[in-house]
Amino acid sequence: MKFTINGRSYEAEADIRTSVLDLLREHVGLTGSKKGCDHGQCGACTVLINGRRVNSCLTLAVMHQDDEITTIEGLGTPDDLHPLQAAFVAHDGYQCGYCTPGQICSAVGMLDEAKKGWPSHVSADLEHSDLSDAEISERMSGNICRCAAYPNIVDAIREVAGRAPAGRDVAGADA
Amino acid sequence: MKTFTYEKATSAEAAVADTAATTRFIAGGTNLLDLMKLQVETPEKLVDISRLPLAEIEDMDDGGLRIGALVPNSDLAADSRVIERYEVLSRALLAGASGQLRNKATTGGNLLQRTRCYYFYDTSTPCNKRERGTGCSAIGGFNRILAVLGTSDQCIATHPSDMAVAMRALDATIVTLKHDGDKRRLSIHDFYRLPGDTPDIETVLEPGELITHVELPAPPQGARQLYSKVRDRASYAFALVSVAGVVAVEDGKIASAALAFGGLGPMPWRDAAVEAALVGKVPSDDGFAAAADALLKGAQGFGSNDFKIPLARRTLIACLRDLTGE
Amino acid sequence: MLGLDKGDHVTLTMDEAHPVSLLDTGVQGVIGKPLSRVDGPDKVSGAATYAAEYALDDLAYGVLVGAAIGKGRVVSIDAAAAKAMPGVIDVVTDFDTFIRVSQQGGETEAPTQGVRDIEYFGEIIAIVVAETFEAARDAAERLPVEYERGDGVFAFSMDDARDGDLPTNIVPARTEQGDIDQAMRDAAVSVDVTYTTPSQNSAAMEPHASIATWEGDSLTLYGAYQMPTSDAQQLAESLGIAADKVRIIAHFIGGGFGSKLGIAPESVAAAVAAKRLGRPVKAVMMRQQVFDATVRRSNTSQRMRLAARADGTLIGIGHETTASNLSTEDFFEPAGISTHFLYAGDNRLVSHDLVRLNWLLSGSMRAPGEAVGLLGLECAVDELAMALDIDPIELRRINEPARDPEKDVDFSSRALMPALDTGAKRFGWEQRPVRPGTRREGEWLIGMGVAAAARANMLMETSAKVAIHPDGSVTVSSAMTDIGTGSYTILTQVAAEMLGVPMDRITMELGDTNDVPAAGSGGSWGACSSGSAIYLACEALRGKLARAMDVAEAALTLKDGRAIGDNRSTPIGDLVGDGIEAIGTIKPGEQEELFTQASYGAHFAEVAVNRVTGETRVRRMLGVFAAGRILNEKTARSQCLGGMTFGIGAALTEDLIHDTRTGKLVNRDLAEYHVPVNADVPQLEVVFLPERDIHANPIHAKGIGELGICGAGAAIANAIYNATAIRVRGFPITLDKLIAALPAV
Repeated sequence: MKFTINGRSYEAEADIRTSVLDLLREHVGLTGSKKGCDHGQCGACTVLINGRRVNSCLTLAVMHQDDEITTIEGLGTPDDLHPLQAAFVAHDGYQCGYCTPGQICSAVGMLDEAKKGWPSHVSADLEHSDLSDAEISERMSGNICRCAAYPNIVDAIREVAGRAPAGRDVAGADA
Repeated sequence: MKTFTYEKATSAEAAVADTAATTRFIAGGTNLLDLMKLQVETPEKLVDISRLPLAEIEDMDDGGLRIGALVPNSDLAADSRVIERYEVLSRALLAGASGQLRNKATTGGNLLQRTRCYYFYDTSTPCNKRERGTGCSAIGGFNRILAVLGTSDQCIATHPSDMAVAMRALDATIVTLKHDGDKRRLSIHDFYRLPGDTPDIETVLEPGELITHVELPAPPQGARQLYSKVRDRASYAFALVSVAGVVAVEDGKIASAALAFGGLGPMPWRDAAVEAALVGKVPSDDGFAAAADALLKGAQGFGSNDFKIPLARRTLIACLRDLTGE
Repeated sequence: MLGLDKGDHVTLTMDEAHPVSLLDTGVQGVIGKPLSRVDGPDKVSGAATYAAEYALDDLAYGVLVGAAIGKGRVVSIDAAAAKAMPGVIDVVTDFDTFIRVSQQGGETEAPTQGVRDIEYFGEIIAIVVAETFEAARDAAERLPVEYERGDGVFAFSMDDARDGDLPTNIVPARTEQGDIDQAMRDAAVSVDVTYTTPSQNSAAMEPHASIATWEGDSLTLYGAYQMPTSDAQQLAESLGIAADKVRIIAHFIGGGFGSKLGIAPESVAAAVAAKRLGRPVKAVMMRQQVFDATVRRSNTSQRMRLAARADGTLIGIGHETTASNLSTEDFFEPAGISTHFLYAGDNRLVSHDLVRLNWLLSGSMRAPGEAVGLLGLECAVDELAMALDIDPIELRRINEPARDPEKDVDFSSRALMPALDTGAKRFGWEQRPVRPGTRREGEWLIGMGVAAAARANMLMETSAKVAIHPDGSVTVSSAMTDIGTGSYTILTQVAAEMLGVPMDRITMELGDTNDVPAAGSGGSWGACSSGSAIYLACEALRGKLARAMDVAEAALTLKDGRAIGDNRSTPIGDLVGDGIEAIGTIKPGEQEELFTQASYGAHFAEVAVNRVTGETRVRRMLGVFAAGRILNEKTARSQCLGGMTFGIGAALTEDLIHDTRTGKLVNRDLAEYHVPVNADVPQLEVVFLPERDIHANPIHAKGIGELGICGAGAAIANAIYNATAIRVRGFPITLDKLIAALPAV
């Protein structure tokens, strides 16, 4: 099977049952995406496929050979952090760090959704919603953090969302 | 997960060629793979329909919408026409799952979600829905999230969807392609089956039959729409009780009412008696109580889910106030 | 301190107070500062490597098999059927060696071994090893196992017989002072109520995982473990090999909260399989197995008795807890731990007992004891305040003890009332509805609640090695861990402050038992124990630097990598020759007995309860904490946020359910075991009160990791009462427990 991950081509010989998550972690050596539940119940495995955030544990690798997969490793490196990665460090938007790559990938996708005007469960007006703290919390609720850095995660995302129009495109357009 | 053969469908017609009971369509896969990992589902063949051209939302001549079966839940929720005309549907979708899951889960797949019954998910316990004739572990077990309406002595599972509840209130039509190439148009009211003695059979779909579209008729003029979901967390949890309501008040009287319920029954629940108790009447607490009585007349709790009966009553009454109030 | 050996290995036993800390005279200016985590860039970019992520050559994948009965015996396992499946290498079991349960934290023996006998549903009986994860999983799920079923006890009942005499677990099982029954009879106002709390799961985001690899008779285990030093001992004992033949590597751990204190079944299974197959084996628990087969916090039933005079003075406190565990395990949830010292009162009874069940092992989960004990105690105190018609904060003030009410000793430090008063002011406590159930905003009933926080402080024997290299850089190494608590960062701050070295010149090497032993992370002792060990090593190195520079140690100033003294300034690298190093070891001592040591705080919560549905939303929460020196305001705050959120989960949603017919866990995944999600948690506020505890350790800090949960859920429960006038005594307070008593719609 052939894949495009973080702009690079990969070939892998994998069982037909291999999830995108297991492809990344066990075949490609990209262990930044985490397995927390393997059933779409925690969000630690969140990656961007064609720019959309999805649970990589709940989709088969074989179904994504023609797609662009972006993982946490594709957003930034320790020496060159994506603005959201930097904001998570600055605001202590994590503790153990295990859910963190999923949180950040999710936040990238979420900010893109918000930019497109997508509403959420807490939007009073489905046609116009601004990214309040309540909106960020609701939209990030598919990413469980047992260390419970939630207030800091909201702080980090709010900061990046606030400066997004002027700065780098945080929506992961290169995803 | 048992191994399977994988085939990418090149057309809807090709997809329906295989009618084997052990073949499954896969698109979003968010529920199917979840269940396959636990060997609750053990298909021998997966037909990948995810790239079929069924991801469009189109206007229909009568003011309704035609929704491709592969439209992701998130796109459907955010579609401006859905927001404008079918707020109840948008609200229901946004109340379900998480942003990531909604990005992957499809319209057709959402209709076919399997129950979240704890015992259905656990292959070490008997379950008639998973394996007919083995028994129901939920009856006499822990059944907090399970059904109080439409149950049988074989199964008390609930349908977990939010979307389908809204679609039931909206009188959706499910369009399918059958193995023989015929198209079927099924009212959502006829789509799901009660468990009875065959809780493993949940819909009227035939082997190989593929949902291609869902059609929504034009919404009733002047109706107010609402989706109210009660759950254990503020987000990312299945409904204990949900209410989808589309109610119009004219000249001080309820002109039309469509009310569907999640979390209560084995299918998105709708009961004409509830609406009959309301239509033509001046909105009043007595009338709302009568509607709740009609809904819950045959309700049966199984111990840890008894609370759903008063909860449904309270939630319905509050929703009716919102739907008919100033 | 002066007079101690300044050799290469310095040991300090805390027999005496340590009134002066060099951290207060350091001039590097990093201690206490809200610095970002040094390991942060790695964590946010996916570069931090967790246990299951080591790419070893020839690695085989193991998937564990749990028993499908709740009590009985394995008759046979049909390995041949599994081995016939493509990709499957072997089915490995060892009925004698496999561990039946996880070990408790800090033990040096093997846990109960032997898995032919099944004592709980999901007990790990075998590991299927294959070339791929997919093949191993399939074969494990379909492994034919024949059982002989036995009669188990699957329902918790207070009618069941109890032990009556259990060995001490942090606190003695039973202590009595005066006569609580008489006090209840003498009381003008009293409360006699029973609170129940459910089983809970730590649900750390990283599932338990081990990769085992042998070199000859030496085992290296990459494991997600909080206490590698004792975990390696447990593992060696389980495998019947010498302790020095086991190395555990745990550089990053994806949360523990108690569940990774002791070794879990996947470690021994991986080690046995790797040995048998002659190749490395990776075993990661499925999330469902983490629920089934690691460790739970016990459910409890807590009888609370409070006897008071009309003026609010407590004359009696009774806290009788019944928890549950397997028949072979004596760990009891020490729920009365802070009841011993939190309030005054002459007549006291604090007791613990166990109902023996065929449920998963119970053990430590974040703040074992206080986390659930304060739900009982602090809600009962709220009930007493209502009965007395005294403000709950004033009631606590009335009963503030001057000294430990049970032992003839002082408190090392105690800031309960300052925390309550500071919090009351900041939270707007005076605006709370004094009469419960009287404030309404639309569909929502609004209420406020308060509770005290207290957590016994612990110090554990721990070592750390500190080396200064000729280039002036510093390496600190220890078998300490960072489970998300911030160890990498705060320990770097301690070393930087002590040695006057910039943070980025220090390499912190943690999580490897090849380094000097440490107590690891647990019981909130990590920062204080390891921080003190580093302090001692650095103190020794300061002495060496002073001698090398030929100045008095007291006249030496270390800053920005330079030693300054006697009007000279030298790069420290120039003073160390080929490099110098020292090992520091801290040990608990008599200060533990001479003073009652604890951290304190106050929780305030504002909730909204939906008057139609009974759904509760936490609107605001404030925690005010005093825990000695705060080593890093940012990471300490995060620890408190985490604890407070565990409190939200305990109060509102978390409830691990066993099927009483089979002993099987019903809600064994993250969809149905409801830990709080982002939308459940509002912006929480945390305030630290300045404090030093000279009796605790040389760095004057106390544990912070668990304080945040202690009492948090009680503040929420009390707020729910204030909002609704409904007192729910069975946690969690889910909507079904409220709606029957809510006003009609």
